[in-house]
Amino acid sequence: MNLTVEIGRLKLKNPVMSASGTFGYAEEFSDFVDLNKLGAIVVKGISIKPMEGNPPPRICETACGMLNSIGLQNVGLKKFLKEKLPYLNKLKTIIIVNILGNSISDYVKLSKTLEDSGIEAVELNVSCPNVKKGGISFGINDKMLAKLISKVRQSAQKITLITKLSPNVSNIPLFAKVAEDSGSDAISLINTIPALAIDIETWKPKLANITGGLSGPAIKPIALRMVWEAAETVKIPVIGIGGIMNAGDAIEFLLAGATAIQVGTGNFVNPGATIDILEGIEDYLKRKSINDIKGIIGGMNGKCTNNNSDN
Amino acid sequence: MSKNFRAKVINNFALNPRTFLLEIEPIEETIAPKPGQFYMIQPDSSYDPLLKRPFSYIRKSNGKIQFLCAIKGKGTRLMMNFHSNKIISMLGPFGNGYPIFKSNHISLLIAGGTGIASILSLSNEVQNKYLIYGARTRDELLLLDKIEELGDRFIVCTNDCSYGKKGMVDELLKDFISSHKDNINSIIIYACGPLPMLKAISKISAENNIKGFASLEENMACGFGACLGCAVKTKQGYQRVCKEGPVFPFKEIIW
Repeated sequence: MNLTVEIGRLKLKNPVMSASGTFGYAEEFSDFVDLNKLGAIVVKGISIKPMEGNPPPRICETACGMLNSIGLQNVGLKKFLKEKLPYLNKLKTIIIVNILGNSISDYVKLSKTLEDSGIEAVELNVSCPNVKKGGISFGINDKMLAKLISKVRQSAQKITLITKLSPNVSNIPLFAKVAEDSGSDAISLINTIPALAIDIETWKPKLANITGGLSGPAIKPIALRMVWEAAETVKIPVIGIGGIMNAGDAIEFLLAGATAIQVGTGNFVNPGATIDILEGIEDYLKRKSINDIKGIIGGMNGKCTNNNSDN
Repeated sequence: MSKNFRAKVINNFALNPRTFLLEIEPIEETIAPKPGQFYMIQPDSSYDPLLKRPFSYIRKSNGKIQFLCAIKGKGTRLMMNFHSNKIISMLGPFGNGYPIFKSNHISLLIAGGTGIASILSLSNEVQNKYLIYGARTRDELLLLDKIEELGDRFIVCTNDCSYGKKGMVDELLKDFISSHKDNINSIIIYACGPLPMLKAISKISAENNIKGFASLEENMACGFGACLGCAVKTKQGYQRVCKEGPVFPFKEIIW
């Protein structure tokens, strides 16, 4: 059975990746999964300087989902290269580093330094809703986004560039096209959806940051629609993210046109989720007598029939 | 040996209208816990509620693990209704646990409310010990049968004077310190309970130069260091309650 997929210059052994910010620096999951079996690992977002993150409380649960306002707490580029990368380099899978900055020059410096350190791919985080500067401000302005990606592309020419899009725009195809035209090798979507929860006894917001990003099964249908719209628009690979908990969810994204998928919040609930999903996809392909994963990518077809299966 | 395992519910009964005792038995091989560590328990296999909940264990014996659970919301209400033989999904044990010292000293265990669970996991592991336990009312003093064997080394109080001494555990701590003036340097405090209680105890121990450790509680999504949701402010910056904690030295915590 062929499970391999291509993202830019990368050849992934299968389409299952971890999502940034939900998988630590991978070592946190070594008790639970054989990391070498994953298609790729996207590590926690890295900025040039360490970031301490937002004050607690940082998370709260909502119906079929959760809000987080971690605020991109991370060890910073220097410590990442020194303390985290040696472990990641020992793994037999592709490492994708999610990067974030306050300015275009931050993104340029991060991607260039990582390229020079042997990293094969970066994911540009232009969609975090939980920081005041940078992040989402690039992801919701098409001209800024085009400029950011072009500058990164010019300086780091070998690295595979993935742009992680925000769901917080009214026109996903526009931003997907901007990413493609500016030199991005792939796009990933969606990041969390800005959201709010209030304690009705105290009348206070449930998060210290007031708002946070909604993730989990609650956002899956929205994510799926956006992934489908993006995949219909661009030729570069689309990586589907948003509420993927099991193989069935992952397959839906592949049918919508995603070349690969990322598991985020699902890792918190079941730290073995990535491998369970991978095995579930294999079982599904066997059951459907399909011997190549590419046989289902973008496979959604025809009109809705009235006998939907219950999945 | 897995930290991601299934378990069978052995026993589950109410201790008072807001608290229940849950006993489970893993049906897969698991790792032995250390005092002060915790487990994540999944309330339901649907996605609402989505996340597992953290609980300190009380004791592990004959392969069975006991938990004390307070009803806080949807997840714990579902857990309260776990029937015997139900198969549940769990993670753990996680966290650093209480540091146990070899040297000869007095272990002063202090618990408030459901904090008694974590303190009980420690009580069998330390020798020369005293226990101060407080709650708002008699009804909220839990598992007294398990701790009264300590005899006169067990001091209990309630805010409303419905059982034991009247007052808060920090007042009893002050009394304890004044009656142990001679060997104050050999006291080590281990505390678990509501944040204001821990804060008060930490202040008193700093004033008397007594070493102590607090087990903290915080919302967490994963329990094993990935989500960064359970951060607490310490002198080393934000640290994770699930990984660097839940037990922190008093002097490390920025209250």
